[in-house]
Amino acid sequence: MQNRWMRIAITLVAGLALGSGVALAAEEAGHEGAGHGVEWQHWKAGNEVNNQASLQRGAANFVNYCMGCHSLKYMRYQRMAEDLHISTEQLQANLIPTGAKPTDYMLSSFPAADAEAWFGRAPPDLSLVARARGTDWVYRFLKGFYVDKTRPIGTNNLALEGAAMPAVLSDLEGVKAVVFAAGPAGPEGREVEHFETVAAGRLKSEEFDGFVRDTVNFLDYAGDPSQVRRRSIGLWVVLFLLVFTAFAWLLKKEYWKDVH
Amino acid sequence: MGGNNDALPVRTGFMGWLNKRLPVDQFMRDQLTGYYAPKNFNFWYFFGVLSLVALVLQLVTGIFLTMHYKVGETTAFDSVQYIMREVPYGDLIRYMHSTGASAFFIVVYLHMFRAFLYGSYKGPRELLWLFGMAVYLALMAEAFMGYVLPWGNMSYWGAGVIVNIFGTIPVIGPGLVDWIRGDYGIADATLNRFFSLHVVAVPLVLLLLVALHLVALRQNGSNNPDGIEIKEKKGPDGIPLDGIPFHPYYTLKDLVGVGVFLILFAVVMFFVPTFGGLFLEAANFEPANPVSTPDEIAPVWYFTPYYAILRAVPNQRLGALLMALSLIFFFLLPWLDRSPVKSWRYRPVRWRVALGIFVVSFIGLGYLGMQKPEGLYVLLARIFTVLYFAFFVLMPFYTRGESTSRVPERVTFHHD
Amino acid sequence: MSDHPASAAAPEVDQDRRGFLTFATVATGAVGVAFAAVPFIASWSPSERTRAAGAPVEVDLTKLEPGQMVTYVYRKKPMYIVYRTPEMLKHIAGHEGQLKDPDSKDSEQPAYTRNATRAVKEQYLVLDGTCTHLGCLPKARFETAIPELGSDWPGGFQCPCHGSRFDLAGRVFQGSPASTNLRIPEYSFRGDTLVIGVAPADKGVA
Repeated sequence: MQNRWMRIAITLVAGLALGSGVALAAEEAGHEGAGHGVEWQHWKAGNEVNNQASLQRGAANFVNYCMGCHSLKYMRYQRMAEDLHISTEQLQANLIPTGAKPTDYMLSSFPAADAEAWFGRAPPDLSLVARARGTDWVYRFLKGFYVDKTRPIGTNNLALEGAAMPAVLSDLEGVKAVVFAAGPAGPEGREVEHFETVAAGRLKSEEFDGFVRDTVNFLDYAGDPSQVRRRSIGLWVVLFLLVFTAFAWLLKKEYWKDVH
Repeated sequence: MGGNNDALPVRTGFMGWLNKRLPVDQFMRDQLTGYYAPKNFNFWYFFGVLSLVALVLQLVTGIFLTMHYKVGETTAFDSVQYIMREVPYGDLIRYMHSTGASAFFIVVYLHMFRAFLYGSYKGPRELLWLFGMAVYLALMAEAFMGYVLPWGNMSYWGAGVIVNIFGTIPVIGPGLVDWIRGDYGIADATLNRFFSLHVVAVPLVLLLLVALHLVALRQNGSNNPDGIEIKEKKGPDGIPLDGIPFHPYYTLKDLVGVGVFLILFAVVMFFVPTFGGLFLEAANFEPANPVSTPDEIAPVWYFTPYYAILRAVPNQRLGALLMALSLIFFFLLPWLDRSPVKSWRYRPVRWRVALGIFVVSFIGLGYLGMQKPEGLYVLLARIFTVLYFAFFVLMPFYTRGESTSRVPERVTFHHD
Repeated sequence: MSDHPASAAAPEVDQDRRGFLTFATVATGAVGVAFAAVPFIASWSPSERTRAAGAPVEVDLTKLEPGQMVTYVYRKKPMYIVYRTPEMLKHIAGHEGQLKDPDSKDSEQPAYTRNATRAVKEQYLVLDGTCTHLGCLPKARFETAIPELGSDWPGGFQCPCHGSRFDLAGRVFQGSPASTNLRIPEYSFRGDTLVIGVAPADKGVA
């Protein structure tokens, strides 16, 4: 009786594996071979939450460039320091604003009322942005600012049409303009023909990419700080359950010898 | 070996003391070592026990979540983040509960499907089936209200859409909706009462219904993949020839089933708890926002077949009615199916085809319920809805006149 | 024709194997249940929010008048801070015979407060203000010779619940239901600030 189901199960798994392999290959090929334009809608964050060094850089990036307006209202400095192995001295010296205690939540000092007046809406809290929108979206957002003279703010964003946020990273990235492809917007935004550099930034293209990736990585961590520990516990749990189930199965087979 | 009518051996010591006051040994014999279940149970017979496991999981994790969750429109969302980040192992308990909800429905759907395959809803087990359907309805209510509690944006808007369906009821609809909500829109009052129902009332109802379900099962004993009544062929000692004691044979077999279930459960819970947005929807990581609807409002996956039926009908009132009917027809199943044969193994091709079409329609509707209702999806949803209802409505006709000639005398171990 | 399961007396049944496998399964299962219980039991421990609220408390001592007592909450308990005058300090000695534990041998206090005045700086008494009997809050009775406390009352604290009495160093008098001196938390000084919850860096006067 088991053999038939084993064959079915193996066929299913093999089919799934083959299918996903083909799909993945097609997706990859689709990007490289496309030729036309910049496939920004397929940019992937590619961050690794296990990479502590990246998370530490991302934390510094966030505190220096984002916390002016955005808070992480569910994240305590202390918790971040423990998880990211940042010493108390480093924490106090680089990451905590004056007057805040390590046990405080990471709140921006920007008055919400002013924000609404200046930008039209209050800068949202970012604790869960990586979970609500996905890391890929955040990555595309941070890399998606472009010059748009039709807007009072002077910029726009590929991932978030009509974004109220200015291009705060422009001194690092530089300023770019977008040349859109002809034709209407697709379901995921407009097709981009190519970018044009209006002004150079302090960072080279790969450096800025790394900067964004580190920041996205940090936001991924901030959205679910327990995830790394949870996965390592999970490994042991699954291994243990495999051992238990093996014993239970042997025990079952032994007693079922009675049944004909 | 004697039957269950022999006197139990008299015990001494603590067990003797206990047995004079509580029928422990008798219970063990009547329900376990002396309860004879068909020996040909297969894969489809794991899911009853797994449903019980899922129920216990949800109760235990739910109790511990309630120790930290703070009900209220200004505190609920934050309290869930508090559980995830600041309560020791709170993230594990939360994910156990959210994974458990979806696991519960997977297991219950497979459990119900077994009844379709082997005619387990047929006499004398009609009441067993009805209690089971009642459990299913209570479970859907429980899951719906549970999803509102985190007060995320999908909690808020999902609750709004589903409660509005009640507004389609003629005459009393609009008043009913305000009464359910306790307010003119989904609000703090709604959240609070859903909390009470989800934590106290419906779990008690569920426990009662599950108990009745088990008692009804015990009354006639279990069906089996061949659909024959094992009690009709007893040995000289009164024990069914095709029966084996539930303990140790099925307690041990079920233990293996539980092990496999827990492995799959653990993989999801520890590594992919959101399951690509199916078990925990991304929109719910934003707090409830009355002025901003999520891009796509879809209920959680286990409701989507019925949601697809609701949307398939261009008339709101009719769609709601049809959605209600789609559930009610399940209750009528024992009387719609006219065949004297229980198991699909011995039923004609037309029954297998009908069943196959129903399964494809149900799964198809489930998939379509998750998509935007546009283009080809609309047509497909309508086709599947028609097929879904045809399965039930035409059943008295296409199940008439099935012959019992191929049904075996004794149980078999062949595959489906 | 199939039969009932073979009885235990049949020679084919390997009882040893059954015994071993049963033991292995039950033992693994029991270990599993124990590990599974850990997150649930641990979830009752004070959460990060509680531990943050339990962070050290700072008291600005420049606001304190001589002879005055202030109360600050630290980890949900009231902390008594008394600015003892030279007069009050004199009344700490001279009644050791009436105390249950004059040398604070059984007292819950940091080692660096084990001295005559039970303090790091003698003029500042820092106490956990919960009575060591059943947890009520003793009241300040700093004046000497209060009639209902006796003409030899040197000043101190009296608990309203069951009448325990303590002197101006928080030591318990004979005849009190409480059996130990009032507890002292970890504390240290940073200039004019008292920091409750943090021990001195050199375990002496900061």
